Amino acid sequence: MQKTVSLTVNGKPVSATVEGRTLLVQLLRETLGLTGTHVGCDTSQCGACVVHVDGEAVKSCTLLALQAEGRSVKTIEDVADGDTLHPMQEAFRDNHALQCGFCTPGMIMSALDLVKNNPDPTDREIREYLEGNFCRCTGYHNIVLAIKAGAAAMRGAPVEPHGAAAE
Amino acid sequence: MYEFDYQKAASLDDAAKFLAAHDDAKLVAGGMTLIPTLKQRLAKPSDLVDLASIGSLKGIAEEAGGVTIGAMTRHVEVQRSDIVRRVIPALAALAGMIGDPAVRNRGTIGGSIANNDPAADYPAAVVGLGATVVTTKREISGDSFFTGMFETALGQDEIVTTVKFPKPQAAAYQKFKNPASRYAIVGVFVARTGQGVRVAVTGAGPCVFRVPEMEAALARSFSADAIKDIAIPDDGLNSDIHASAEYRAHLVGVMARRAVAACA
Amino acid sequence: MTEIGTPVRRREDYRFLTGQGTYTDDINRPRQLYAYILRSPHANAALRGVDFAAAAKAPGVVAVYTGKDIEADGVGGLPCGWLVHSKDGSPMYEPPHPVLAQGRVRHVGDPVAVVIADSLAQARDAAELIQVDYAVEPAIANAAGALRAGAPQVWPEVPGNICYDWHLGDPAAVEQALAKAARVVKLDLTNNRLVPNAMEPRAAIGDFDRATGEHTLYTTSQNPHVIRLLMGAFVLHLPEAKLRVVAPDVGGGFGSKIYHYAEEAIVTWAAAKLKRPVKWTAERVESFMSDAHGRDHATHVELGLDVDNKFVALKVSTIANMGAYLSTFATCIPTYLYATLLAGTYTTPVIYAETKAVFTHTVPVDAYRGAGRPEATFLLERIVDLAADELGLDPAELRRKNFIPTDAFPYQTPVALQYDSGDYFSTLELATKAADYAGFEARRADAARSGKLRGIGIATYIEACGIAPSAVVGSLGARAGLFEAATVRVHPTGSVTVLTGSHSHGQGHETTFAQLVADGLGVPIEQIDIVHGDSAKIPYGMGTYGSRSLAVGGTAIIKAMDKIVAKGKKIAAHLLEAAEADIEFKDGQFSVAGTDRSKTLGEIALTAYVPHNFPHDELEPGLDETAFYDPKNFTFPSGAYVAEVEIDPDTGTLEIVKFTASDDFGRIVNPMIVAGQVHGGLAQGIGQALLENCVYDHSTGQLLTASYNDYAMPRADDLPSFALSTHATLCTHNPLGVKGCGEAGAIGAPAAISNAIVDALKDYGVRHIEMPATPEKLWRAVHPQNMAAE
Repeated sequence: MQKTVSLTVNGKPVSATVEGRTLLVQLLRETLGLTGTHVGCDTSQCGACVVHVDGEAVKSCTLLALQAEGRSVKTIEDVADGDTLHPMQEAFRDNHALQCGFCTPGMIMSALDLVKNNPDPTDREIREYLEGNFCRCTGYHNIVLAIKAGAAAMRGAPVEPHGAAAE
Repeated sequence: MYEFDYQKAASLDDAAKFLAAHDDAKLVAGGMTLIPTLKQRLAKPSDLVDLASIGSLKGIAEEAGGVTIGAMTRHVEVQRSDIVRRVIPALAALAGMIGDPAVRNRGTIGGSIANNDPAADYPAAVVGLGATVVTTKREISGDSFFTGMFETALGQDEIVTTVKFPKPQAAAYQKFKNPASRYAIVGVFVARTGQGVRVAVTGAGPCVFRVPEMEAALARSFSADAIKDIAIPDDGLNSDIHASAEYRAHLVGVMARRAVAACA
Repeated sequence: MTEIGTPVRRREDYRFLTGQGTYTDDINRPRQLYAYILRSPHANAALRGVDFAAAAKAPGVVAVYTGKDIEADGVGGLPCGWLVHSKDGSPMYEPPHPVLAQGRVRHVGDPVAVVIADSLAQARDAAELIQVDYAVEPAIANAAGALRAGAPQVWPEVPGNICYDWHLGDPAAVEQALAKAARVVKLDLTNNRLVPNAMEPRAAIGDFDRATGEHTLYTTSQNPHVIRLLMGAFVLHLPEAKLRVVAPDVGGGFGSKIYHYAEEAIVTWAAAKLKRPVKWTAERVESFMSDAHGRDHATHVELGLDVDNKFVALKVSTIANMGAYLSTFATCIPTYLYATLLAGTYTTPVIYAETKAVFTHTVPVDAYRGAGRPEATFLLERIVDLAADELGLDPAELRRKNFIPTDAFPYQTPVALQYDSGDYFSTLELATKAADYAGFEARRADAARSGKLRGIGIATYIEACGIAPSAVVGSLGARAGLFEAATVRVHPTGSVTVLTGSHSHGQGHETTFAQLVADGLGVPIEQIDIVHGDSAKIPYGMGTYGSRSLAVGGTAIIKAMDKIVAKGKKIAAHLLEAAEADIEFKDGQFSVAGTDRSKTLGEIALTAYVPHNFPHDELEPGLDETAFYDPKNFTFPSGAYVAEVEIDPDTGTLEIVKFTASDDFGRIVNPMIVAGQVHGGLAQGIGQALLENCVYDHSTGQLLTASYNDYAMPRADDLPSFALSTHATLCTHNPLGVKGCGEAGAIGAPAAISNAIVDALKDYGVRHIEMPATPEKLWRAVHPQNMAAE
């Protein structure tokens, strides 16, 4: 049975008619055309679909659209400030923390969730936090560097020379 | 997923009545296990009844010297709770080992124990701490709540409302993760309490179980050495491409000793 | 100005970082339909009937097609691109590979029917209504098992399931040398089957324009022109002029997106039939059972050494699992991309390799990152370590003793290849120094004091990249050329568009290629646009795989730029009223030698498009040049890796304490991108060594690892950070001197890790641990009383 769901997406109110089984990621990608959020698996492991719901990272492939009723959803499309990249996005670029780019939106949304709770994470903490985000291209080396650098930039700390360019 | 009707329960009463009237309805809490199951078309509920708006199911309180956790309390809340970290730090640590951060931001204690996945973490804490599961109908001791693989003592229209954990003198959880799924291949929860020692094992068998020989030995002498010669029989333990029953039996011993050592 | 050698930040990143990449599944066409493919749940079954009457009537369903419809429309099978001959000269057996099953299914996941509906959910709901009458028969998943007498037959016309029985080298010379050897070291090992697992699942959209008669396929491909050729010529019989293939942003490939897959043909064919666009996107479980798998070799190897510990002969017998059908390049992987690499970095004078390629009831196996070269490197570096162990020698020393001397290049190996350049001593030196190899025993002793088993392992590798010289591969059975094409188009205002037949699915072509052009033409990088992935825009292209993009595709760009400069000189000579021979080109300026008279590239370009006073009998307008480049030889990247691991004997858990890599990639254009390629390759190599394993139930052919719950993907917390260095010897036969870097990590890492593990376990009499070295395997190795139960 179709129902109407109303929520806020990237700061704007949205209403849509969905089936009970419609996933949040389907609402975002197919109804709203926000294709920056990706689907890489069926079992809630890969993390390509991570978005923020009420400020927390969740897997939008494992949430019904109707479960997001009244919630505020933020996707990768709303992370940059206009044309200016967010410091975490900038850190990903500066440290070559993306290759094919498919996992990147989920990685960045998870990285922001981590830094919100832990503004100065260690390498180990970053690696453990990424348990639910798979990357097949980078070997994670530069992602760890990027998240450290992005976290430093976000808390206003001096940015250390990036590892990628130093090599 | 097969199509179903989504219902948002306004109250526990509503939810219980709906379940009583619809045999094929299912509750959804965080949905972290249920929704992937539905996506694989392994279940075909007529309705999903969402408990998310029932405020009384959420929250953590210090009660009777222990901790009471509402069924819809998320893993991340238990992991970060000042109360849980102070009163039963091992429980907060266990919550922080479930799934991954995005899963912990959605998954709930009630959903986890009601599902009773044989490799889930919470059942080890519920049994290991001798917790009490409070439902809409009764109180069920942790020891009798988990009845088999994906089976619990819950009736069709019975809903978990809170879990009451008594404070142990010391407790620790050690988890050996499946390299693929990151569920427990073996997880051992050890607690030293006023009523004795409890050793609860998840992941190794079809359902969480206690190890009485270890509990007895630890009651005599609470040290890793005290259980080093206790061999766990591998009869009936899980065996799959990731770990044989024999290896799981061995890991129960190692994880138990490490948990005991971590209690110190 | 020089952009070459600088870590220019990637120009493609902005769109990926902001969610504005356009992957195939992000594309939606007006009036689009959705396809769901019903796949076989059985590994081997006769199809007695497919009843889809109920499905055809289900809500939203537009069409249901089965193998019968494919047959009725004359749709061809998927072709294999490489013909291999057996020892006796007979050609390999090439079974038909229908895009929808014809009368029989041969692996779990084999497509049986396609349901096309207004929504994906409707298509999937309807697919459940299809009744397939399967007569299930015994299956065989394991290649060695498929060779046994009485094994189920995958193809009745192929007794013994042997696709081909191939060899390379002189068996008599090798037997003779082994007989005379002071020592022969022997080992049986397997190279575990892997699933490539690009994070973007495959997807395809077919579209048909009734007005123009043009078919368009959007697909997740590493080589859209190859798909156009194969699908147009062999499967759908469409003229290439009316078939456009677009591979937009592609989320990783690692080989798995080279091949022409059934779904591409199905959506293109169905879109034309229904006159509506048809979209298909794989679920991850479908990826596991339909993307070509990798590796899956079982090998016996013997290495002979003389009294001076010099390698005198190598003999390798391999059983390679092909799966149920031959994927596009499957047949060349365990032959020409494998056995030809068995000299490795060593002077072994005689080598014999034989490979039996075997059909089984499994997903087809094809190239996966490294493709043949990881398998060759793994067995070679394992047997060398085993020899060092048996002889009580330092594995580094034994390697140095047998390395091809740095002054011996060009070096002809006994297995067909001629290495153009290399310096194996320097990369080994760099890696062992950075890893503090000399100080290892103290660290081993430290670890032992805390009850841990520490080991160190070296692997060196050589790979043949820059695939490939067409004449060479043609003589070996390739049915395609492996050149590359590029167009450099200088616009009237001086900005530049480069059309390349290479395809980027993460490699950063839009940056690296722009660096080449900025350097070559003296144009600011912001004014250069790199276009790839669309057969309607690009003249031609063989795509990206085999670390070929820079060495072959980059060289094609250089060659096209050479033509631009030559044309520009003609125009400059005309404008400057000088002899063409006196015109020099440097940093974007055409000048008359020895004078201050010059014209910028922009001025030349403007004139080229506004040729008011051109002598048109001598000079054509325009500044737009295309080059096709066919390499003279393969390139030969090489390197040395050192892994240090620590094992907890109580649980078998392993930690990589340190991983050091030193590579020779020739000249490096963008060191940041190169490091990223190495990191990613290492992660996949370590994944193979420790975590990843595609497991079939041998008696039923069921795929046991069909999701991330069972297939262990390397996660961030499984891996260390990597210490990298490079040492360059230049490739001698391409103008850039580049060799390629995409596969190195995946080639060298498995042996380095495995050697470290065996070293850690040496006190337990362990000679070899099969990959993946799971905690249980390691625990059993240190508790041999438990071995029997395995």
